[in-house]
Amino acid sequence: MSNIINLVDHDYYEASARDRIGGVLDPGSFHEFLGPENRTVSPHLAQFNLTGAFDDGLIIGAGTLSGEKVYIAAQEGRFMGGAFGEVHGAKLVGLLRAARDNATAKGIRAVLLLLDTGGVRLQEANAGELAIAEAAHAIVEVRIAGVAVIALVGGKSGAFGGGGIVTAFCSRIIVSDHGRIGVSGPEVIETNKGVEEFDAKDKGLVWRIDGGRTRSMMGGADVFVKDRVRDFRAAAIEQIPKAPPFTLATLVAEQARLAARLQAYGDCRDAPEIWQKAGVADPSGIADVSEEAFATMPRLKEAAHDAR
Amino acid sequence: MEQFQIHVASARPAPGDRRQATVGVNASGNIEILVERVLPETECLVEVTTAVTGYRTLWQAVIEDFCDRCPTGGLRFAINDGGARPDIVHLRLMQGARLMGGEP
Repeated sequence: MSNIINLVDHDYYEASARDRIGGVLDPGSFHEFLGPENRTVSPHLAQFNLTGAFDDGLIIGAGTLSGEKVYIAAQEGRFMGGAFGEVHGAKLVGLLRAARDNATAKGIRAVLLLLDTGGVRLQEANAGELAIAEAAHAIVEVRIAGVAVIALVGGKSGAFGGGGIVTAFCSRIIVSDHGRIGVSGPEVIETNKGVEEFDAKDKGLVWRIDGGRTRSMMGGADVFVKDRVRDFRAAAIEQIPKAPPFTLATLVAEQARLAARLQAYGDCRDAPEIWQKAGVADPSGIADVSEEAFATMPRLKEAAHDAR
Repeated sequence: MEQFQIHVASARPAPGDRRQATVGVNASGNIEILVERVLPETECLVEVTTAVTGYRTLWQAVIEDFCDRCPTGGLRFAINDGGARPDIVHLRLMQGARLMGGEP
């Protein structure tokens, strides 16, 4: 329905990966690399009697954002949970390496990663894990080349597993209420450690631990936005010039920030305990206020960092 | 999983000059269609890869009905189906044809 609905006004959560790209970038500026007509489908899924996708669930390409040249990758979270397979991963790594190589020659200002993933695809897990490692390495190289890498997280699948690790490599992280960021997903924790450790059916608990509000309160995400494509776009435009340089000083600051956070809140079992400890006025209310009210709430002092 | 092709030999030429369009997503109850203008203008080909086996006759009926309603000559539809119902399949085919026709 991309041609009927104004993409910029669309819910980010409900939009497809293609529609998210169309709405985040300047209208009509997107040029796809390895589009669906190339049929770069997974060579593994058919062996498991599974149907594929013509883009293997990842759309990559170039465009402009507020007139500046950017590369962009978007995962389709509804196809196999947005999970990383061999082709999917290779497309992401290839895009990042192209951004590194073209940073100066083509004036690439940023790479936007529209993550929406449960992690690695089980049917091609080894290739997926390798792709995550290569993508992380490539993000570091892109940042060293002076190009900001911005993660946008607000889809159905969140950014879990290797996707969660990838966000941690980025210069900046933008998240919405629906967005979740983590490594082991709730079901994985429950399966391995039992329901007393983590009840994955308790959606309130899942969002209190992994959700966008908690991540942005603590500085695990840099910007909290309303669930609109236009808000993600505006935040990306605003964050590109604010991306910290990838230097030893940045990494030392990040390490210090995380160590202090662990020291302060390492024994907390749930997010409201953290808010209580940090002296937030209404700890249980954080989950209940509107998106607009939450967006203007003060964050924990730990969130006021310029690390990452 | 099942794969087959359905060929319509006497389709009306599809309007517009767009070369390619993509609609939908291969997800549960949904369908991904890649439409390309690559065939002689009275032919239409639908290549189906579906997660659900045994419904070829139903696919045939839906696609023939679609080609009766819509001018699809010259178009090849490649489908990755995640178990969409016939009404969803029909809507997605219509959506793809409309995009190819250059309608807003």
